[in-house]
Amino acid sequence: MVVPRPLAYNRAMDHEADIYQEHVLDHYEDPYHRGPCPAPTHRHEDDNPLCGDVVQVELRVDDLGRIQEAWFQGDGCCISQASASMLVEKIEGMTLDEARKFSAEEMLRLFGPRLTPNRQKCCLLSWRVLQAASAAPLENQSGNKP
Amino acid sequence: MSTTSPTALLPDLAAIREDFPILQASGREGVPLIYLDNAATAQRPRAVIQAMVEVYERHYANVHRGIHYLSDQSTDLYEEAREKVARMLHAPSSREIVFTTGTTMGINLLAHTWGDVNIGPGDRVLVTEMEHHANLVPWQQLVARRGGQIEAIPLDAAGMLDSDAYRRLLESSPKLVAFTAMSNVLGTINPVKEMTRMAHDAGAIVVVDAAQSVPHDSIDIRDWDVDFLVFSGHKMMGPSGIGVLYGKEALLEAMPPFLGGGNMIRRVRIDGFEPAELPAKFEAGTPPIVDAIGLGAAIDYQAMIGVERIAGHCRALLELAHATMLEIPGLRILGPDPKHKGAIVGFTLEGVHPHDIAQILDTRGIAIRAGHHCAMPLHKRLGITASSRASFYFYNTPGEVQALVNGLRATLQLFRGKKCQI
Repeated sequence: MVVPRPLAYNRAMDHEADIYQEHVLDHYEDPYHRGPCPAPTHRHEDDNPLCGDVVQVELRVDDLGRIQEAWFQGDGCCISQASASMLVEKIEGMTLDEARKFSAEEMLRLFGPRLTPNRQKCCLLSWRVLQAASAAPLENQSGNKP
Repeated sequence: MSTTSPTALLPDLAAIREDFPILQASGREGVPLIYLDNAATAQRPRAVIQAMVEVYERHYANVHRGIHYLSDQSTDLYEEAREKVARMLHAPSSREIVFTTGTTMGINLLAHTWGDVNIGPGDRVLVTEMEHHANLVPWQQLVARRGGQIEAIPLDAAGMLDSDAYRRLLESSPKLVAFTAMSNVLGTINPVKEMTRMAHDAGAIVVVDAAQSVPHDSIDIRDWDVDFLVFSGHKMMGPSGIGVLYGKEALLEAMPPFLGGGNMIRRVRIDGFEPAELPAKFEAGTPPIVDAIGLGAAIDYQAMIGVERIAGHCRALLELAHATMLEIPGLRILGPDPKHKGAIVGFTLEGVHPHDIAQILDTRGIAIRAGHHCAMPLHKRLGITASSRASFYFYNTPGEVQALVNGLRATLQLFRGKKCQI
């Protein structure tokens, strides 16, 4: 008997255009807020040692705990960098609580194209870094406590 | 790969490919499989698969145990496989052939037995910058347990070992020199015989990781004179979960056993045990019986095709790959010229991450490896975090090399083409 592959795998792998869609390549080539954040209040950086993808997320959070600006810097594959761009664009304007509640599933949906479990790690790197950054206020930031 | 083998494509390639069922199946619907990840693991011919099915259907029982018909049959087949390994390596005795679960297990076994007895504070273990983690981490764990330190023979600019640096490092009298016969990333073939002679002159014991060599090369262990050699079955068309440790008999005799349990004992009392004779001493528990027999079938198949012919075919593909890939703008091949390497092409493509390359090639049915290939220190040395790797075996065709090149050009178009629009 032939055991069919999991559906998610086949769907994800139909065609290269499925992953490297226009909006993914757009975010990769022309990212949103790639660079250092002016006057950041929160920062975290992590990598995916398996492939060497690195992402740093910086936030500027106001007195009310709202994310006024979100920026990222990094190096890595198209998926890790494009997803970081999508994420920082998405969370600006959210409160830190809302950003923390933004789930992995929502991140994968935000990215769009279906990914195999291995590539999901690339997509979720920036999400993981954001989760950590939201709990990592920088010292010497008076009056910015969420 | 033997550098003396004639460079020639196999004339019976189409017939050979028929022997490999997976090459007839497609990687995904409607896309033929182009399998270029042979350095990670090779595919199996029907002869190997059938040999294993036949054992399970007709001869299977536990080995060295039962006084019954099937156990005798299984034992004979298992020991026959050991004889085949000994003949392939030109080992003086099959007592020197220990079945393991793979290269990694073989090196861990050595670190825990020979290593625990012989390495301590002040001792040096010499490795190379091009080692797979399997020939690095067990030695790191050893010196963490016992003391001592690890030093690495550096690479030169071409991706070959720096022989002058090796000579200097030997002056500090390392107790052990552990190195790969062929790099799994650079493809570099190391001069095993000469390095072994130099190590022996300095009083060191030599461990060779032959995981990448055994599939392509004819090995004469007496000529190399190495003390220990390890390899895996799955890279040479055998099953996964079987490997071999070769050791010189006197060294194996002097080593304590590794895992304890059934089969590795001669006699057991409540307060102690006497170990079994070689090689059972290092084979605790029920061994990978059918996998060992499958490896024996792979050795037979490889001999039938001819190791020299395999080497010649792979060399032809390698030269073609170098020539055509280097025409791609921004493509850099890691490691030395084809004449110093095996059928492995590690490369980077400027502006495109290796994972993206592998993903896009995958949609064309082309399987390559992307990442650090279990050689993080080497990538750090090369100043990169990851690379892509295409690796060939004798069932690959020149057309498949061309498909790889076409796929790489299409990848470039997707990424760089995009960049140009902005």
